[in-house]
Amino acid sequence: MHTVLQRGNSILAYALSVLACLTFLCFASTVFLDYRTQAKMNTVKVVVKNVPDYSASREKNDLGFLTFDLQTDLTSLFNWNVKQLFLYLTAEYETPNNELNQVVLWDKIILRGENAVLDFKNMNTKYYFWDDGNGLKGNKNITLTLSWNIIPNAGLLPNIFSHGQHSFKFPMEYTTSRV
Amino acid sequence: MDIATMFDDVKRMNKRQFLYQVLSFGMIVSSALMIWKGLMVVTGSESPIVVVLSGSMEPAFHRGDLLFLTNYPEEPVRVGEIVVFKVEGRDIPIVHRVLKLHEKNNGTVKFLTKGDNNSVDDRGLYAPGQLWLTKKDVVGRARGFLPYVGMVTILMNEYPKFKYAVLACLGFYVLIHRE
Repeated sequence: MHTVLQRGNSILAYALSVLACLTFLCFASTVFLDYRTQAKMNTVKVVVKNVPDYSASREKNDLGFLTFDLQTDLTSLFNWNVKQLFLYLTAEYETPNNELNQVVLWDKIILRGENAVLDFKNMNTKYYFWDDGNGLKGNKNITLTLSWNIIPNAGLLPNIFSHGQHSFKFPMEYTTSRV
Repeated sequence: MDIATMFDDVKRMNKRQFLYQVLSFGMIVSSALMIWKGLMVVTGSESPIVVVLSGSMEPAFHRGDLLFLTNYPEEPVRVGEIVVFKVEGRDIPIVHRVLKLHEKNNGTVKFLTKGDNNSVDDRGLYAPGQLWLTKKDVVGRARGFLPYVGMVTILMNEYPKFKYAVLACLGFYVLIHRE
């Protein structure tokens, strides 16, 4: 006859293989979906200062300040294999020092079930916009893009760019007043 | 099946059969090693699968979740990606998200990371005096995610006695069990 140990073993093995199979089906059912969508963004106030960066080199670096508007509806991105979206707003630009600079200015975690219709007006950035040097003053082409990293229940971790971006320029003069 | 009958199996084996059991045990160990080393070649990462050990990326990753990494040199690091990196003087690699990135014309990249669940960036975690990470610090970039599976590893590392018990039982079973 089958002992308790043998019965337990086969129940456990069967349960685990069913679980693995279901997890794989969950992954396979969502792996080819298109997770891109529209986002509208705009900058409101843009100034630049030249101050010492005590968190890094202590040299005087350009520090940008901006406020932004952001409108997007991400409800359609959620399905049974999206546990969380990690949204991030990136400023991308070129300076004489560096060919490519990417700075995340703001980010937000949206879990499944939370409100995914965003409409922000005149938001402050979450992180400081430090340049690596003095490349912000008079910089003519800073591109803001919204992207999201999809965290599934099980599966791939893609980083997706939204349709729609916004370009702006920094003023030619440093601001000396408090911002 | 009680212990006496289990040993009966061994008694009934001759020398040739016992050697065969030992060899098949060796096959299991070496094929596991081959799969691991093969994954290293395919993914280009020195550690293609890592277990999340801290809660600094919650709610995306919890303790005991499994991450699959790739580290292809031709794929550039970009902001918003989750990188696994090593810091001098720390044994355990850290899984955090890239927050800022500066790339020069000659291809050298420096970047700063932050954990989603941490309120400040990682400069405090880096080696003293280190302000940026570079490509050589990176172990891999997270591409796939599987929840809970790494819990077994954490249990084994936290309770070494449990680890030895499991290993002893498995080894014993493989040697004793007759196909």
